[in-house]
Amino acid sequence: MTQKIRLATCSLAGCFGCHMSFLDIDEALISVADIVEFDRSPITDIKHVTNCDIGLIEGGICNSDNIEVLKEFREQCKILVAVGACAITGGVPALRNHFELKECLEEVYLKGKGVVNPQIPSDEELPLLTEKVYPIHEVVKIDYSLPGCPPPADAFMELITAIKQNREPKLEYALRHFD
Amino acid sequence: MPQKISPRKIKIDQQDIPFSEGQSIMEAAEQAGVYIPHLCHKAGYKAHGSCRLCTVKASGRWVSACTEPAEVGLQVENNSSELQSQRRAIVQLLFAEGNHHCPFCEKSGNCQLQAVAYSLDMHDAHFAHQFPHRTLDASHPEVLLDRDRCIQCELCVRASKEHDKKNVFALSGRGPHTQLIVNSESGKLKDSEIEKDDEAIKVCPTGALMNRSKPFSVPIGQRQFDNIPIDQQSTGKSGNNEAQP
Ligand code: SF4
Ligand code: SF4
Repeated sequence: MTQKIRLATCSLAGCFGCHMSFLDIDEALISVADIVEFDRSPITDIKHVTNCDIGLIEGGICNSDNIEVLKEFREQCKILVAVGACAITGGVPALRNHFELKECLEEVYLKGKGVVNPQIPSDEELPLLTEKVYPIHEVVKIDYSLPGCPPPADAFMELITAIKQNREPKLEYALRHFD
Repeated sequence: MPQKISPRKIKIDQQDIPFSEGQSIMEAAEQAGVYIPHLCHKAGYKAHGSCRLCTVKASGRWVSACTEPAEVGLQVENNSSELQSQRRAIVQLLFAEGNHHCPFCEKSGNCQLQAVAYSLDMHDAHFAHQFPHRTLDASHPEVLLDRDRCIQCELCVRASKEHDKKNVFALSGRGPHTQLIVNSESGKLKDSEIEKDDEAIKVCPTGALMNRSKPFSVPIGQRQFDNIPIDQQSTGKSGNNEAQP
C-alpha cells in the first residue's frame, strides 16, 4: 500500500470514549497522519463516508439512524471494525434490554422526576428507537473487533499498522481486555 | 517399532504425563502443570463434566478431560488449533447467553470466564446476544447473587453441600429456563444459611456470587488475570472473590 489508508470513524450508541482512546496514541498521531487520511469522522466533520479502507464503529445500535449509518459504513468500507464494548456487546445502553421500550420512554418522559409537560417525543426528525439495543455484528458483517471499554490506544495502532502492512492484526494479551 | 510406553503415563500433546490410579486426565494434567481450559472443574470437587471446555481428543475420541480416567498409553490432544477454536466457540456461547457487562462488573480481572476468553484470544461473542431476563438477588447485606453472570457450573451447589455442609443452592428448570435457585423459604439469600466467607461464594468462577463487603479493594489493572494469562498461572488455582495481589 503506497497510498494513504482512507479511514472513517463514527459513534453510534456510544459515549465517544473509544474515540478519546484513539486520540490517546498521543504523538503517534503525527506518524498516523502520514499513513492515514481521515474521511467521515468527528475530526473532519464530513457527514457521509465514501470509499474507505477502514471503518471504525464505536457504539451499538439503538435507533434507525444508527442502522442507516452502519449500513453506509459497511457499503463504503473494505474493512469494518467493531470498536469497544458497546459496539461488540451493546454495552451500557443495552441495559435497557431488560425493559420494554414503552416502559423506558414512559419512565423518562412521563413519570420521571422533574418532568414538566409530560409527553413522549414524536417527530419525523427524530430517529425511531429500536426495540432492543444490538451489538453491531447482529446487523452487518464485521471484520475485526477491538475489545475494551475503551480499547487501549495501542490496539488502534496495531490495527492500523497491521492493515498498512497487509497482515492480520494481532492483539497481544494486554490489548484484549473487556474492561 | 513403536516406542515402549512406561507404565502409568499418558501423553498430552507429545509430553509424558505421569498419573496415579483413579485420576482423570484433568487431574494428571494439573499435577504436571499442564493447562487444560475449564470452568466447571475445580480441584477437590467431584467432576461435573458440564461446561465441555476441557474437551480433548483422547486416542481419537472426544472426551471431557475432567471426567475421563487417565489410562496407560492414552494419547491426548489438548492444545491444538481445532480444539482451541471449538473452546472459543463454547465461551462465546456462554457470553451470548448471559448478560456479561465486564466494563462495570466487580469481578472483572478476577473472573475465570473472562480469563478463559482472553486466553483463547476471543475478541467478541460472535453469536447473537440473547439478553435473557434473569433476576438479581441483592437481599443479603453481604452476599450478592447476579444470575445474569451465572454460567450454571454448579460449583457453588457442590461447595455448599460438600464443603460448607449447608445445601444453599440448586439448579432448577430446563434448557434456557434453567436458573440457580436458593434454598430458603422465600427463595432469597437473606433467609438462607449463606455467609460471606462460605466456600460456595469463593468457588464461583464468575461474578454471579460475590462477597459484597470489599468491593473494588483491588483496582482494575492489578487483578489476578489482568497481566498474566490463566494458562500461565498455577493450574489448580482458581480466581476467587478475594482478589489475589
Ligand atoms: S462475570 Fe466475568 S465475564 Fe461476566 S461480566 Fe463479570 S467479569 Fe465479565
Ligand atoms: S453462581 Fe457461580 S458457581 Fe454457582 S452455578 Fe452460577 S457460575 Fe457456577
